[in-house]
Amino acid sequence: MFRFITNRLLQGLLVLLALYTITFFLVKWMPGDAFTTEKNMSEETKANMRKKFGLDRSIAYQYVIYPTRILTEGSLGISTSKSREVREIIAESFPASLVLGLAAMGIAVGIGVPLGVISAVRRNTWVDYGGMAIAMLGICVPAFIIGPILQITLALQLPLFKVAGWGSPADVILPAFTLGLVSAAYLARLTRGGMLEILSQDFIRTAHAKGVPASKVIIRHTLRGGLLPAVAYVGPAFAALISGSFIVETIFQVPGMGQHFINGIKSRDPFLIQGVVLFFGVLIVVMNLAADIVIGMLNPRVRLGDE
Amino acid sequence: MVGLAKRAQPENTVRVSRLRPLLSKTDSHSARHPRLLALIIACAALLLGGCSGETPVEQATRAGILIMGNASEPKGIDPHVVSGVLENNIVSSLFEGLVGGHPSEDGVALPGVAERWEANQDSSVWTFHLRKDAVWSDGHPLTAEDFLFSFERLLTPSLAADYSFMLYYIKGAEAFHTGKSTDFSTVGVTAPDAHTLVVQLNGPLPFLPEITKHYTWFPVPKHAVLRYGEIGEPFTAWTRPENLVCNGPFLLKSWRINDHVEVEKNPTYWDADTVTLNGIRFLPIINSYTEARMFRNGQLHVSYTLAPEMIGLSKKNLPENVRTQLYLGTYFARCNVDSPAFGDPKVRKAFSLAIDQRSIIDNVTLGNQQPASGLVPPFGDYPASTVVNFDPEKARALLAEAGFPNGEGLPDIEFLTTDQDSAKALSEALQAMWRKHLGVTVKIKQMEWTSYLATMFEQEYDLAAGGWIGDYLDPLTFLDMWMKDGGNNRTGWSNEKFETILKRASQTGDATERYQLLKQAEELFLSEQPILPIYWYTRNYLISKDVDGWDPLILDNHPYKFVRLNPSGDDSL
Repeated sequence: MFRFITNRLLQGLLVLLALYTITFFLVKWMPGDAFTTEKNMSEETKANMRKKFGLDRSIAYQYVIYPTRILTEGSLGISTSKSREVREIIAESFPASLVLGLAAMGIAVGIGVPLGVISAVRRNTWVDYGGMAIAMLGICVPAFIIGPILQITLALQLPLFKVAGWGSPADVILPAFTLGLVSAAYLARLTRGGMLEILSQDFIRTAHAKGVPASKVIIRHTLRGGLLPAVAYVGPAFAALISGSFIVETIFQVPGMGQHFINGIKSRDPFLIQGVVLFFGVLIVVMNLAADIVIGMLNPRVRLGDE
Repeated sequence: MVGLAKRAQPENTVRVSRLRPLLSKTDSHSARHPRLLALIIACAALLLGGCSGETPVEQATRAGILIMGNASEPKGIDPHVVSGVLENNIVSSLFEGLVGGHPSEDGVALPGVAERWEANQDSSVWTFHLRKDAVWSDGHPLTAEDFLFSFERLLTPSLAADYSFMLYYIKGAEAFHTGKSTDFSTVGVTAPDAHTLVVQLNGPLPFLPEITKHYTWFPVPKHAVLRYGEIGEPFTAWTRPENLVCNGPFLLKSWRINDHVEVEKNPTYWDADTVTLNGIRFLPIINSYTEARMFRNGQLHVSYTLAPEMIGLSKKNLPENVRTQLYLGTYFARCNVDSPAFGDPKVRKAFSLAIDQRSIIDNVTLGNQQPASGLVPPFGDYPASTVVNFDPEKARALLAEAGFPNGEGLPDIEFLTTDQDSAKALSEALQAMWRKHLGVTVKIKQMEWTSYLATMFEQEYDLAAGGWIGDYLDPLTFLDMWMKDGGNNRTGWSNEKFETILKRASQTGDATERYQLLKQAEELFLSEQPILPIYWYTRNYLISKDVDGWDPLILDNHPYKFVRLNPSGDDSL
């Protein structure tokens, strides 16, 4: 187990290095730079700006100094568009994304898993068709449709909800629902698929034959194996949910991380982009590892570190 | 496989027995369900019915807090570092310059930090008398020394302020900023005493007070800035909410990224008696549809904008809340005069005459904009030009005269624009007009914003969408950008006579003569048409009836100290 985790973390470091390298060069490759503004800056001002942000140094130096500073000073650089430490920006924005992501994940699991289980158990009945139709709808209808629909139908009518904003606990509900719906839909389909596979296995038939009540067969024998595909999905999906969503955040005015990805790119803010991408990368690596560990615990056929 | 599955069985059995107590616990849980349900219902009732029915705007009005939509997260609040409209909205609540704006009249300067001011005969030397009771929010007196420090700071190259050129009117400022001089005493600003500031300009500038309304001319507290770093040191902590010292009607209260910036009334402000607002909350709402819904939901007093598609609907649903006002800006298309098609002014004029501006405004932009019959939008005493109009007959004739009857023989033309939906709709309308009236098929090239800017700045286009918002209330802000080396010209066009006229205008101290010269320069520019003017901007927004003292102003800078909130019982929301 220990060897498995160390191995995976080392692999994760490689992934992060590759991620950093690709991001670094893609940013350099984009047309225009952080100082391409609508009212054109004079060349002197641009030169001063580059110097101010250390972007006047050679590419090789810039490539090396950034990770060096992360390791030595814990600094993710200064955002060119916000003139603040990227580390601070992330620290200030991540809590909102974390709360929203957790709530969205809760909604996704709370809706997706039961829907998948019921659909699998009542396979090929109207329950199954109905459930899967809803899931398909959840996958297909984008957040920028669902969000405004919720705003108009619920928020403008009920005093409990506000159209947008992030102040009271009630403000989490609509954005979390919008954000979680797609994951709920995927989870429903994955759970159904996983459950069906297990339900067709011999040991389930044996359990039924031995007279174990149907509900126990589902809960104790089928769920454990049937949830594996869903767990594998939940890990990275959770990382994605808590690192923010541009669309949901801008529709509901959530002060989260998602906007930094898009705004960083739009304003060619090299350090903001690198910072949030690396942060997301770390989350993905950790969540994938967590998912693998959970799968190892659920599925005795997987023995961590035995290979 | 089978073996592995078998191995799983005993484990399962063990787990089952361990689960039993848990399950029985759940059973007893279900017995409590009615109570749980009752609790949920009670909570819901509390949340739904417990609300006083008051919207956030109603509460804010009572508390004297103005809630404004403010487009996006500000790049900062240091007046020397920022450069945008939304930053200006915040900065102008926190800082005050030498003069202040009038709540309802454009181009009128009211006393600010300066009680009074006067110019020499040709308006090239200005003396500002600072009020003796002006203090920084920490109680420190605000003196002429702070202004000298501020000007030096803005012009210090290492600060890399992108609007430092706003001080280039001052003698020696450009040389100091570009490093030709490192001695700030060569810059034409002096302080004969603590409350007198003398500004010596490069030439006559009768509208200097208008320019000093721009935030680049605002003072920053020398003592507070230096506490956190050197004069030209960027990114110091002096603008943090806990550190910021300012001199405007409001103080910075809190700031949370992508959530809000809130300011509260400054009791030490010299004119605090005039200020009736207790605070302002700026919300960075990127999504304009969300903003409109928030307004309807009673979450905003004033919106930053109103999306074109929402204008019609809002006029129907919220007729008393929709505002449209002229804004000091011109939307146009740049012609690359170095491109094969647009070297000939006749071709440029033909393309301009073929644009049905009225139809674009009525069918595409929908914001009640004004057809741009010239370059400089109409304001004050400056007469608007009336040379640009829609005349397809003449357009065809000119194109034929240029050697391209019905567009035959004209090289391929691309229209460069941004990736916004509105930009697409507008360019398609132009494309259809040019096809219909000139027989020319123009290709549309949409690019993401910064790529579009980079391409336009590199002059790699034939026609490019563009716009310009005036920085201050004078025609010059629309004219001097077309000088040969102007960083925002980017058309390849230049004209010696045009520059000579502008130079003469900059040397005259006579306001009437100056306007005449500027007019002459504009007419010359329009006779060459390196750009195709399309419309003069308007600003469309939603405003609550609770807000008083928010009158249409062409620069849209509403001095907050005159804004009042009165509960209006606005039940349209």
